[in-house]
Amino acid sequence: MTLTNRSKVVVEKKMTFLERMYLPAILGGIMITFRHFFKRAATVRYPEKTREFSKIYRGMHVLKRDEKGAERCTACGLCAVACPAEAITMTAGERQKGEEHAYREEKYAATYEINMLRCIFCGLCEEACPKEAIFLTDRIVKTDYGRGEFVFGKDKLVEPLDNRVDVTGRQTPAVLEFKKNKVLSHNK
Amino acid sequence: MTEFLIYKAILVVMVFVVTLLVAMYSTYAERKVAAFFQDRVGPNRAGPFGILQPLADGVKFFMKEEIIPNVSNKFLFIAGPCIAMTTALMTGVVIPWGDTLIIGGQEYSMQIADLNIGILYLFGVVSIGVYGIMIGGWASNNKFSLLGAIRASAQMISYEIAMGLSIIAFVMMTGTLSLNEISAQQAGGVGSEWHLWNVLYQPLGFLIFIICAFAECNRTPFDLPECETELVGGYHTEYSSMKLGLYLFAEYINMFISSAIISTLYFGGYNFPFMNDLGLDHNMITILGMVAFFAKIFFFIFFFMWIRWTIPRFRYDQLMNLGWKGLLPLAIFNILITGLVIVLKGYL
Repeated sequence: MTLTNRSKVVVEKKMTFLERMYLPAILGGIMITFRHFFKRAATVRYPEKTREFSKIYRGMHVLKRDEKGAERCTACGLCAVACPAEAITMTAGERQKGEEHAYREEKYAATYEINMLRCIFCGLCEEACPKEAIFLTDRIVKTDYGRGEFVFGKDKLVEPLDNRVDVTGRQTPAVLEFKKNKVLSHNK
Repeated sequence: MTEFLIYKAILVVMVFVVTLLVAMYSTYAERKVAAFFQDRVGPNRAGPFGILQPLADGVKFFMKEEIIPNVSNKFLFIAGPCIAMTTALMTGVVIPWGDTLIIGGQEYSMQIADLNIGILYLFGVVSIGVYGIMIGGWASNNKFSLLGAIRASAQMISYEIAMGLSIIAFVMMTGTLSLNEISAQQAGGVGSEWHLWNVLYQPLGFLIFIICAFAECNRTPFDLPECETELVGGYHTEYSSMKLGLYLFAEYINMFISSAIISTLYFGGYNFPFMNDLGLDHNMITILGMVAFFAKIFFFIFFFMWIRWTIPRFRYDQLMNLGWKGLLPLAIFNILITGLVIVLKGYL
């Protein structure tokens, strides 16, 4: 059985005189290249034009805040455990009096670092997070000259208050359904 | 006499400048054409559509570090690209770029030197061109360079024979070696005076000639002297900076001159169809003829590039097979046919 109709049975036959002249074949080749000459270039002229990202693109992470602007992350460490590349580290801190506007719960991440050179952008941290605090976004991790610059701290990860990051693109119906499923342990 | 010298000097400078300009933009055209054939965009950053790219490339070549290998023969290493460039530029002398211009009752030819042995001169100069590559490759003291150089010289010598034989049949037909007369013989083309382009009388000769021209210019499918996949860079592996630039530039000049020669010999040179029926004055016809000539040249330069992206490189034995067992007998056959036709015509 053939998979495509393009396959040809190879026969080792003697070439005819016309075939040995190669000129008809060369002419055929010339016509093929000539057709390509007028084809549209497949190029996307990058700095002027960017390709459209998929809505569920897995790019740079964001640490979300809740509606009142308090950080959602409670430094439970599930993301770090889930991370197959071991890119995430954090230290927990205890919320003090008067910090209720900044942190949603009594425990919060004092530091939260993702090594973007280790990260494989699989999205397992997002899946593991019980507080819907970490999401992957359609933003790209910028290039840099040093490796040190790729360890992103809270300054780069937490979304700014005045410039919230939209992650609804990643909240597909399947994801929302999954989050509702209380049988799965971390959704309790 | 001084007037004559000034006019010739102007003509020489003009041909020189135009040759360099065309060669310069051939590099750009090469990249652009290659891109189009591969469904890409090509250089488009320097200036609108990237038309300043050759300048950027030139500046880059001048700015690059000049490396002369310690173990090389320094004199020959420098002489190599000089010879390649000089011989490439010398060939433009005998090409009739146009008919005559009449200014103030004086007739000025658009050809620097109307040698009555124009074709022989071309062959002579072109065969010196081998030395540029050969010397450069040998002086580099590098295995890859040497291999490229040997390939280049063997290839160019082999194909020069078939080329020369194809020209012999051509000369038997035209009865002259002067490129100016050959152009004049084809004057008119279709129109009131029937002088068809030589390609119609010598189709086989043309085919042999153009294949050999490809080989002489070291263009694909005959680019074995510098095939990157096998020999790093071939004869110019060790070259850097403007010396490399000169080699590459010489190649493009050769391509330009080859296109000019092909146009002159087989496609009517500066003549174009219906040129006698337009009723324009002589100068106007000459200028239009030059435009037509350059159009033909540009077409053939494009054809060179077109073939480059169509046919893959020959293997070395295939190259030699084609040259010695294919083209050489064909060229001799062509001579026989031509001779036969000439004899039969004498009886008619």
